[in-house]
Amino acid sequence: MTAFLRKPALLAALALLAGAAIAPAGAQSTVAEGQKLAFDRGKGNCLTCHVIKGGDLPGTIGPELKDIKAKYPDRNELTAIIFDETKRNPQTMMPPFGRNRILTEQEIDAIVDFLQTL
Amino acid sequence: MKARIHLLLGSLGAALVAFALASPRVIAADKVDPVADAKAFQNFFFQKFPNVKHEDFVNGPYSMNEDMKRQWQEKEEFPPYEFALEAGKEMFSTPFKNGKTYADCFPNGGIGIRQNYPYFDSGEGKVITLELALNRCREANGEAPYSYIKDEMASLTAYMAYTSRGKLMDIKIPDDPRALAAYENGKRYFYTRRGQMNFSCASCHVQSPGERIRAETLAPALGILNAMPIYRSEWGGMGTTSRRFVTCNSQTRAVPLEPQSDEYRDVEYFLSYVANGLPISGPGARP
Repeated sequence: MTAFLRKPALLAALALLAGAAIAPAGAQSTVAEGQKLAFDRGKGNCLTCHVIKGGDLPGTIGPELKDIKAKYPDRNELTAIIFDETKRNPQTMMPPFGRNRILTEQEIDAIVDFLQTL
Repeated sequence: MKARIHLLLGSLGAALVAFALASPRVIAADKVDPVADAKAFQNFFFQKFPNVKHEDFVNGPYSMNEDMKRQWQEKEEFPPYEFALEAGKEMFSTPFKNGKTYADCFPNGGIGIRQNYPYFDSGEGKVITLELALNRCREANGEAPYSYIKDEMASLTAYMAYTSRGKLMDIKIPDDPRALAAYENGKRYFYTRRGQMNFSCASCHVQSPGERIRAETLAPALGILNAMPIYRSEWGGMGTTSRRFVTCNSQTRAVPLEPQSDEYRDVEYFLSYVANGLPISGPGARP
């Protein structure tokens, strides 16, 4: 059994299962985590270009991030934009956060949770 | 086995033929035309900012709006680069150990010549920047070269820019395919996205000048080198063109090149050429 647990794939699968099971209870904390990641200069750093409620010194390059649920009812669309917006708009300034591994998939997920509260 | 190699060679040959047939078209479409480039480049900025006087583009972010301009005018009363300027003037007039001076290395004794740099040296087949020429002057006179990034190099270039203020950038591309290739290489570097953030130089300085990243206003690419070297509050000191390129690369999480590497020299050649006709404003001060 201990030998099994050392296998990273199995561990990851277990972690995912556990994550899925506690998702409803964890929603609040992922929103807070998402906000932290979005404001962190070394991570999402979204404020560099976007106005976001609750954030100081926003830049002006991107659109203000508000009414997100109305604009993007499908969270997958939001995830895709953060993962690699150049796919949709080759001229975009927005860094491909997922493709270039600036953020992990879990981190993008948390940021999406946060954005949906705006 | 033999048949296989033949097959491989055959398909390689076919690919080469296909490439040869396709390439003249590609070359024609991408033909390098610096004169047309410079005109288009300048018109892009003139049209994007119809209220900015053409000669004001050399003041970077301070040209982008009235508030910024006022800030700059106030700053110019006690310019933060003054210390470097004084030091540069003194260094420039102090002889090397062999009795010669910087003036002996440059046309017109080095005074009022900033607008002619960088130039393409047909003997060497490469772009020669002012920073490079200064270090070569030192080495030719038995002195150790300076760091390209700041301190003495920034002081010397500050003084040389100051004696050239108001003179119009005047970069030549001689009738030499290598000069055109250097220009094209610099242009390619400028427009190519790189690094983890996936920015090109143009992403910020052509697509987004006047916009803010956090509290910082992005400078227009047009005339950006006319103000070099600069005192930058963010750096807490002076920096050269080399410093500007290196920090831009590292801030966008790209791998910076060596100061005065061929590619940086080519970028400087391209950027300076498309700023032809705009006045030298260096040394500058930036947030």
